[in-house]
Amino acid sequence: MDLSLLPEILASTIRLSVPLVLACLAGLWSEKSGIVDIGLEGKMLAAAFAAAASASYFQSAWIGLAIAMLVSLCFALVHGYAAINQRGDQVVSGVAINMLAAGLAVVLGNTWFREGGRTPALPDTARFMPINLPGAQILSQVPVLGGLVKIVSGHSILTYATVLLVPLTAWALARTRFGLRLRAVGENPHAVDTAGISVARLRYQAVIIAGILCGIAGAFISTSLSASFVRDMTAGRGFMALAALIFANWRAWPALYACLLFGFLQAAGNYMQGAHIGNFEIPVQFIIMLPYLLTVILLAGFIGKSIPPRASGLPYTKDR
Amino acid sequence: MAAGRGELPAWVDMGLIPFLNLVVALFVAGLVVVIIGESPFESLGIMLNGALGSIKGWSYLLYYATNFVFMGLAVAVAFHAGLFNIGCEGQAYIAGLGATIIGLGLEFLPWFIVIPIAMVASMAFGALWAWIPGYLQAKRGSHIVITTIMFNFIAASLMVYLINNFFRPVTRMAVESREITGAYILNFREIARLFDIRMPSTPLNLTVFVSMFAAWAVWYLLWRTELGYEIRAVGANSAAAVYAGIKPDRITMIAMAISGGLAGLMAVNEVLGVQHRLLLEFVGGAGFVGIAVALMGRSHPIGIVLSAMLFGLLYQGGTELSFAKPLISRDMIVVIQGLVIFFMGALEHAFRPALAAIFVRLED
Repeated sequence: MDLSLLPEILASTIRLSVPLVLACLAGLWSEKSGIVDIGLEGKMLAAAFAAAASASYFQSAWIGLAIAMLVSLCFALVHGYAAINQRGDQVVSGVAINMLAAGLAVVLGNTWFREGGRTPALPDTARFMPINLPGAQILSQVPVLGGLVKIVSGHSILTYATVLLVPLTAWALARTRFGLRLRAVGENPHAVDTAGISVARLRYQAVIIAGILCGIAGAFISTSLSASFVRDMTAGRGFMALAALIFANWRAWPALYACLLFGFLQAAGNYMQGAHIGNFEIPVQFIIMLPYLLTVILLAGFIGKSIPPRASGLPYTKDR
Repeated sequence: MAAGRGELPAWVDMGLIPFLNLVVALFVAGLVVVIIGESPFESLGIMLNGALGSIKGWSYLLYYATNFVFMGLAVAVAFHAGLFNIGCEGQAYIAGLGATIIGLGLEFLPWFIVIPIAMVASMAFGALWAWIPGYLQAKRGSHIVITTIMFNFIAASLMVYLINNFFRPVTRMAVESREITGAYILNFREIARLFDIRMPSTPLNLTVFVSMFAAWAVWYLLWRTELGYEIRAVGANSAAAVYAGIKPDRITMIAMAISGGLAGLMAVNEVLGVQHRLLLEFVGGAGFVGIAVALMGRSHPIGIVLSAMLFGLLYQGGTELSFAKPLISRDMIVVIQGLVIFFMGALEHAFRPALAAIFVRLED
């Protein structure tokens, strides 16, 4: 491998981490309130389609983003209704949402654009394009600093917004009254209920936040990372985010690090086709499967320990 | 339970509720067809005619159903033990490895020896890929849902690597193994030809009988053997099962292995009966159809066979529909699948109490 590629790989790491971080934060909000969300993947996919389709129709990335958030929110509310009101199985509901999103996106895309589920390629004006930070042009000439600038500069506005969302989530969950109540409802909903706070209301708020975050993630995938929607374009990112969430032991900052690690593995997998250690060629597939493998090993308690919120996945029934 | 005193009669539980769910799912799917700008009734007609109107249609229906029976049974056995196996997709994929290794490695043996060994190998590979998550849940406290999801992705990467590096002939561009000639399960066209009967080309092969046998075997296992009783006891209440002298950990691992083995039989149908080689992603989402089939079939073998045929109808009819009306993509079936899973699985508490209330009123 060539070290001169490093700035490029790291810049690509950041780009690939963005949807992971957003989906992971979505999962964090949801699961902290006690709602397991297998449907991150589906919500992102639906949002990616909505963003690409509406950005193409209105020729505006921002309208695409808004509609993506709205569509993802609708799916989130469906999940919330099943999980909170109907006390249904949250995993089953998530699986259903993934299928609904995957099917609907292609069916509607095929009807509206007649390109077999694809959406038309977006012009640069209807995408979230890279922003060069002030001074980046000049600084990139400086030897060591230049590499750093290449990594940090030239990302889209959504990327920089995502960077802000991590401390915001960490702060909101740890320091605000809302965050405290939300965490309590995921650990011991009975106690929250006894205190006179609505369990259902808090859980709906968490589900809504998760929906909006997945919407941004989806819009990023189809209007910033690429320039159109293609079938199954989220490619398991929702599940990888779920893995990162477990890795981070349901905390915001570690979630960022886990997503950066997984993003790096993805980026390295893209750049390291045919890389060698000595005479041994590292198969790309092993780099790709590493996040999943690490998660299995971590969950099995072989490295550290990962403890989910105590009431996650359990429907809450008020005692009468 | 919200159902209260109104215990529903079996025909409601097994028949009416799945039927109502199907009607609602089809209704929503029909709305999507209307949004697309096509006639839902005409579309339904094309689907029914495409699947039931010809021998070819029926044979495709039964071919799809064969896969779905295996997958549905796999999901159902795990359900009975209180486990949600989302990993059937990966288990069947890995099982294809077992079928291919035996099929290619023991080519010199006659078919009536190779095929049974290849079937056992498929089941063994599938069982192993499911047993590991079972073991990790039972002994290490991992959650089976997360582990089986991760195992699907691990299997996907692993198989790309293995097929590309060990099974692909050097001369071939496509990532697939060379042809398996020895362990060749005859399809119905080839059998008909033996009797001088002409039949359209079809993927339907003798494995369909294996799926019928598997359905009977699962019924026998669950309701007629001690192990089956233990599986159901753990699924109903694992804490209570301990007092009956049952070890839930052991049952978790066994149930997962059986589930994986059943999923593995899908590879027999696909690899030895249809493709006659190991292809990338030959499972094609059947593992997820299995979830819908098991939920719709109420985890009972008879229900599973019927709902597998229903989904076979949807798949075959949907394919014909997408030829006749290119606007309606075949992915419409995935939407229906999602709706069925949502209504049967996630909203199961929505339909039952309402029906139970009606029945209580009728009884009074």
